[in-house]
Amino acid sequence: MKQALTRHVQIQPPGLRKETSPQAPLHQGSALTVKISARNLNFFYGRHQALFDNNLDILANQVTAVIGPSGCGKSTHLRVYNRIYELYRGHRATGQVLLDGKDILDPGQDLIELRRRVGMIFQKPTPFPMSVFENVAYGLRLHYRPSREELADRVETALRGAALWDEVKDKLDHPGPALSGGQQQRLCIARAIAVNPDVLLMDEPTSAIDPVATAKIEDLIEELKQRYTIVIVTHNMQQAARISDFTAFFYEGRIVESGPTKQIFTRPAQKRTEDYITGRFG
Amino acid sequence: MKATSHVGRMGLDVTIKVLAGLFAALALVLLGWILATVVTRGATALNWSFFTELPPGPGQAGGGLGNAILGTLVITALATLIGVPIGMATGIYLAEFGAHSRIAAPVRFVLNALVGAPSIIVGVFVYTLMVEPFQHFSAYAGAVALAILMLPVVARTSEDMLSLVPNTLRESALALGAPRWRVTLGVVFRAAKAGLITGVILAVARVSGETAPLLFTAMNSSYWMSSLAEPTANLTVTIFNFAMSPYENWQRMAWGASLLITAFVLLVMLTTRFALRAQERQR
Repeated sequence: MKQALTRHVQIQPPGLRKETSPQAPLHQGSALTVKISARNLNFFYGRHQALFDNNLDILANQVTAVIGPSGCGKSTHLRVYNRIYELYRGHRATGQVLLDGKDILDPGQDLIELRRRVGMIFQKPTPFPMSVFENVAYGLRLHYRPSREELADRVETALRGAALWDEVKDKLDHPGPALSGGQQQRLCIARAIAVNPDVLLMDEPTSAIDPVATAKIEDLIEELKQRYTIVIVTHNMQQAARISDFTAFFYEGRIVESGPTKQIFTRPAQKRTEDYITGRFG
Repeated sequence: MKATSHVGRMGLDVTIKVLAGLFAALALVLLGWILATVVTRGATALNWSFFTELPPGPGQAGGGLGNAILGTLVITALATLIGVPIGMATGIYLAEFGAHSRIAAPVRFVLNALVGAPSIIVGVFVYTLMVEPFQHFSAYAGAVALAILMLPVVARTSEDMLSLVPNTLRESALALGAPRWRVTLGVVFRAAKAGLITGVILAVARVSGETAPLLFTAMNSSYWMSSLAEPTANLTVTIFNFAMSPYENWQRMAWGASLLITAFVLLVMLTTRFALRAQERQR
């Protein structure tokens, strides 16, 4: 992996490295709009602080990769965006996370609406113990009152959107957990996009899946970004380089550096970023 | 240091193996003996009238335990209707909503104590609550006593089974915007279905052989039940009464009733096991 990476990464002599601000805004004068903006985000597991003053802009209809060594806070950061951490006692976030300019950490935020707008895909596929059809219909039934035809229609659209329709159209009544791992993960993607979200959060979505299925999902992400803003946590540096437009590098709960993926992978501003992406640690 | 002797080790190994095998065989033999006795003695009592007729007088020919069979079915069903929802709701609270709340630990403690509570105490308790004040025994009281015995079994197994459902499944449902109660009923329940059913079956099996609590609550009767508010015949108390009687035909009826209860519990266990296995295979 180290060798494969160094092909993409041009390491410059330290003296020549351009010193940019470590947390420079991601967008550089283009027409891209900010979808999510984390401002001075801190996170606590009980008394243990896991995130320190995270500032990050996520741009609309772009893929943002979140990278960093294990335990650096990538997943923790992601899990603030839909406030899923609130399932657990003592997990607490401070600061602001603006979604289209509105702070979702506001106690008055409607969590159900937030989670409809911000979908999430997990590391391990999590099909519900019901049929393929019912899996996708589950979210639809939560937020809408579809007629039978509308429901069938939306389920098909979602499955097509997740590039799964052709594989499952004859077994919609089969149990979801009976699909293969890669299919299960695309089923979860179909389930998430069925409710028409703005943002898709993906927490290492391919780490439990074989390379062929991973390639399918990566292709899918490329397509999905036309319609959704995607934030993906990944341990796989090549994956980040392949599929993301922007990258944020986390280390020990802090965002060391963020910017266009090309820049992060070729001309990282920080020594630690460079060490990590070249495989010197992590 | 002296080396251990090879022969000594081998000898110990063989001794322990033989002892363990012997005790396992002993347990099996005892169980087989009981079953064989119940089947051979009980089978002679079983015929059509056993299921349809009222108990005979002492020494009279014919008759049956139709009223006791009906009574047991009604009381057990009623107890299930009362005990399972309360027990399951308790389990849901402990596993899903109040796992860390201040009352969870005491509730668990009380449930554990209740599992081990002698059933006769539950019988006396319900007697003072539902029999004494009304001055008569009733099927209601019997059902409540059995429900109290079922409650801790259902509650603890439900909690355990729900806790086994991985949190990632809850997170996935919540992440779709599902409110907590829908996550529990729509997703977590389905994932734990097999375990929850097993808990209910265990509870039914546990109470279907109980005698003491019914002795103080439903009592017994020689007639068909006409309402739930009167003393009601049931199999276990009938076994208790008839087996102690000096009359040969009553003793034979008691054997028949024993066989019936044993077969019922066995049947319930087997059908659920097969049903659950079929469901497992479907996945």
